Formats: sequence, structure tokens, C-alpha cells
Amino acid sequence: MFDWLQTLADWLIYSIFQLPKGSKLGDALNFFFFDTIKIFILLGMVTMIMGVINSYFPIDKVRIFLTKRKWYGLDYFIASLFGTITPFCSCSSVPLFIGFVKGGIPLGVTLAFLISSPLVDAVSVAIFLGMFGWKVTIVYVVSGILLSMLAGFILSKLKLEHLLTDWVKQILENKNSSDAELSFEKLSFIERLPDVFRESWGIIKGVSIYILIGIAIGGAMHGYIPTGFFEDYIQQDNPLAVPIAVIVGVPMYSNSAGILPVLEVLVQKGVPLGTAIAFSMAVVGLSIPEGLLLKKVMTTKMLFIFFGVVTACIIVSGYLFNLIL
Amino acid sequence: MKTVKVLGTGCAKCKSSYDHVLEAIRITGVEASVEKIEDIEEMMRYNVLTTPVLMIDEVAVIKGRVASVAEIAELLKR
Repeated sequence: MFDWLQTLADWLIYSIFQLPKGSKLGDALNFFFFDTIKIFILLGMVTMIMGVINSYFPIDKVRIFLTKRKWYGLDYFIASLFGTITPFCSCSSVPLFIGFVKGGIPLGVTLAFLISSPLVDAVSVAIFLGMFGWKVTIVYVVSGILLSMLAGFILSKLKLEHLLTDWVKQILENKNSSDAELSFEKLSFIERLPDVFRESWGIIKGVSIYILIGIAIGGAMHGYIPTGFFEDYIQQDNPLAVPIAVIVGVPMYSNSAGILPVLEVLVQKGVPLGTAIAFSMAVVGLSIPEGLLLKKVMTTKMLFIFFGVVTACIIVSGYLFNLIL
Repeated sequence: MKTVKVLGTGCAKCKSSYDHVLEAIRITGVEASVEKIEDIEEMMRYNVLTTPVLMIDEVAVIKGRVASVAEIAELLKR
């Protein structure tokens, strides 16, 4: 699909700029040019597709959908699935959390949504497609959904409601699901497109700088770090590699746009793919700033349990990735 | 006189929403008061799920994204 682009990159770097093939600078620039264009094309496609789905199922609708009837466990799947298509900003996590539990959605289901939303989004799907192909992307998306469901389910079994902060408990005492007097405009597909396009453009504009920096670092590493460099440090058969990578990644704060281009190069230089994916999940899924925001609704104890369960689930999926990829 | 409220927990998106509102008011010359609502407990009374939210005369017109100055100007003129 992107052969034409590689031809273009080769022509531009090796013929126009006259950089010799195989030179460090030439290879790094070629990688930068090719990856940047490819990822921006994919980003446009994925954000548009997800934008269309999101336009038909906005977050308010998902909430009503989840509260309307009893789901007998299927709600974990629905919440995790819609978490992936909902564009997420970490500063929305608290209002979203309150809005969900206030509407009567079980705590575990709400948490499943909160885990899957940053973990799998349009940006990470686009970058995964561009860097690792569609098979790895599917594994990533499916495992992201399963992981969120599992973590949400475990958290619900731990009965953490009493560990919420006091004002949240008060809200829960007089919760009402009747405040859903929202009306939704009936728009045709064509009428939805301008909004979808604007949203998609907004996302691309917002992450472009991170992607450029990520690819630039990736490009530099690509050209200058010898292949297999990391194999000596992070060996496939080292059982502690996955947990260490995840625990190092949890406090780090980056969006998928910045971390994934670097990841591709780490994998090329010898880091096992599963370990690398688990690391990136830890970086984008959990972070200290997010924890500080969630402290408004969770007591410290609950926050530690939440982070602990999600971390454990990411470590488990890291091992699974290394087995199947 | 319109009342515009920007609801958001103080993240970058909420700040640029607020700036866009001020700019849109300046351009259109519409008389409006602007209020920033950053307190989460107060915000929850408006049944907000994603921030930032832009409310004009108590109606949420933009939810969960930063609207452009032109778009807000258009909404203010209605």
C-alpha cells in the first residue's frame, strides 16, 4: 500500500539530496520522511472512520445505552469497546467517572471504560498500523479491550465503593438516572461529515508535534544505534523484562503519539515486541498526572488498588504478546 | 446580553476554549459575560461527561472539544 511512498522517499533522499544509500544520515532522513507521511495518511483515515462511529454513538448515548437495561456482564464489553472509539482527554476522566456512576452504571464497568479509553484510541491505532502492520494492530486493539474488561471485572469484585471519596458517595446516594433528557439530532451521513472532519483535523493538529518529535528521535536512533543493540540488555527469555518495562512505564506520562514511533525502533534494535507493547500500554494507560486527577474521586487506597490491578493486567498481556507475536 | 460558561478542569484544551470565547466576543461585538467553571463539584451539576464544555445561555453547545473562534462567533450571533 505504501510502496509508492518508499519510492518517493528513496528518490528524494538519495537522488535529489544526493545522500549516499546506506549512510547514517541518509537512512535516518529516509526513515523520517517515509514514516511521517505514512503515519499522517493513516492518522487521517483512522480518525475519520472512528469519528464517524463516534458521531453515531457519542458518549452521552453510550451512557444512556448502558443504563437502560441490565446487561449481565456484557456491559464490560460495551464500555471497553466504546472506550476505544471515544476521543479521550485525561482531564475528562473525572467528569466522565462521576457522570457514569451517577447514571447508575456499575463501578467496575465505569473503570473498564476509563482504562480502555486512553489505551486504545484513533492515534495509537493509526501509528500501530503504520509501524507494525494490521496483524499486530488487531492483537493490540483486541487485547486492549480484553484487558480493560478483565481489570474492570476484577475491580468490581473487590467491592471498592466504600473507598470512593466522600463527595462522590454523596452523589451516589441521591443518584438519578432520570436526568437523561438529552435529545439527539437526526443527521444524515453527509451532514455529519463536516463535524467529523473538523474533529479529525483537531486530533491530527494536536498530536502532530508529538509524532514529529517521536519520529525524529526514532529516525536518529534508527540510523545511529546498531541493530540488536538491546538484545544484550532485554533478552526474550529474561522473565523479569516485562514487569520491569511495565513498572518503569506506569509513572511516565506521554500520549501514544510520542511513544510509539520510538517503540518501533526499539523493536527493530532487538527489544521483544510484546515487552515493547506492554511498556507503551503502561505509559499511555496509566500515569501520575492521571492518578492525581482521579484522587478527586478515589481515596489513596483505592487509587493504589486501581493502578495495581491495571498494572498486573498489562504485565500479563505483555507475557501473552511475547508468546503469540 | 448572553451568558457564556466554559466548563473544564483547567487543562490546556479548556484554557484555549476560554481564549477562543474571548476572541469571538471581541470580533462579533456581542454583549456577553464569560464565566469559567473549574470546580468539579459545580461542573457535575451540569451533567457534563467530557470537557471542555461551552454553554451559551445555559445550553451546552460544544461538548468535549475546542471550538474555533469562527465557530463560537457563529454560535454567539444566533
